[in-house]
Amino acid sequence: MGEEKKYTTVSIPTTLFKKIEERIKGTGFTSVSSYVTYVLREIIAEDENEEEPFTKEDEERVKQRLRALGYLD
Amino acid sequence: MLRPHGGKLVERVDFSDRKRDEAREMLKIHVSIDEARDLGNIGHGVFSPLEGYMLREDFENVLADGRLSNDLPWTIPIVKDVSREEIEKILESEEIALFYKDTPMAILHVEEMYPYNKKEYAEKVFRTTSIEHPGVANIMKKEDYLVGGKITLLNDPPTKFPRYKLWPKETRILFKEMGWRSVVGFQTRNAPHIGHEYVQKTALTFVDGLFINPLIGKKKKGDFKDEVIIKAYETLFEHYYPKNSATLGILETEMRYAGPREAIFHAIMRKNFGCTHFIVGRDHAGVGNFYGPYEAQEIFYDYPDLGITPLFFRSFFYCKKCGGVVNEKICPHGPEHHITFSGTRIREMLLRGEKPSELMMRPEVAEIILQFDNPFVE
Repeated sequence: MGEEKKYTTVSIPTTLFKKIEERIKGTGFTSVSSYVTYVLREIIAEDENEEEPFTKEDEERVKQRLRALGYLD
Repeated sequence: MLRPHGGKLVERVDFSDRKRDEAREMLKIHVSIDEARDLGNIGHGVFSPLEGYMLREDFENVLADGRLSNDLPWTIPIVKDVSREEIEKILESEEIALFYKDTPMAILHVEEMYPYNKKEYAEKVFRTTSIEHPGVANIMKKEDYLVGGKITLLNDPPTKFPRYKLWPKETRILFKEMGWRSVVGFQTRNAPHIGHEYVQKTALTFVDGLFINPLIGKKKKGDFKDEVIIKAYETLFEHYYPKNSATLGILETEMRYAGPREAIFHAIMRKNFGCTHFIVGRDHAGVGNFYGPYEAQEIFYDYPDLGITPLFFRSFFYCKKCGGVVNEKICPHGPEHHITFSGTRIREMLLRGEKPSELMMRPEVAEIILQFDNPFVE
């Protein structure tokens, strides 16, 4: 149960692979794969920084409750 | 403001009488108060993107990788255990009703039932199988099967603190109304001493707002009682916190004491509340000596895609030579000059009915705590 991690293969230029190998020497990264995974996850997460809109009705209802609780004047 | 974890704030709520009546006709499974609170957390998006109890694939991915099956960071299983006898009854139903006492809390839309290995669960989440660990002891008492599927929340869980009960939609609108573009969340299960206050205020110096978010729910013996934590923070806010840049709201879920993994879980929940930053101190969510003092900070380096910025703090202490509250990064003096804010020492003093020094705890806070016959969980 839950023992195996699932992986697949992505191709990158050999020259880039070698460059990364050099870069990760002496860092906490144990392989080029772990470095590339880290960087890709970081980039994908950047897309999340957008505000989620609420409907006007939702906002008004919530603001009323927040006023009743003393959070808003 | 940051988007919720997974991109969308989950809302799975139907408070109609019709739905509640339907639930009364379904197979009933009873839940504990902690499970009822977590149903509220699922329904109102505190656990976004989870829409219910984990299916096997997510559960196994969380154990193995600390991620959901879609690669999104998630470190603590959110599951419902059932016995073999219950499974046989559930097999005949697509939907079951989850009741807390006589109240239908939620409908569970059953998708999957599966066995699991408790020792592996404990080892992966808590990094130990010792039943001395309260989280492990809790797992070992659970039934042998898990049932997964989305839920529909029918009633909000009961709370002792309605004045401070906020859901993520409410905190997000609150932060917006306050004009806070950046908000730091602070998790706590303690009454505040001076060290906590300095950590919070140091973080607040760099962001627009501070959200103190005490965790209310099952805790271990010796922890502060929930009502003590709330009273202590009310007092601290009244005397020492600026109203336009700090606020207090509770989070009702049990402490798992899973150390590093729970630190990530705590950060995810605060992201859903709308926080952009999260304070991680020494031995966050730890218990005994099960985790290293800064393991809960180190684990954040495995999650560059968490989507909330952790702020790491070492312990603060009072330095007689500096004449103020400092930490080891900024104080050059030896330990002979330091007064540490030892939680254990402060607890012992309070238990004896003694007021800790003003250098350790605000006198107004100490006085409030000492008004309780026993401020600690028995």
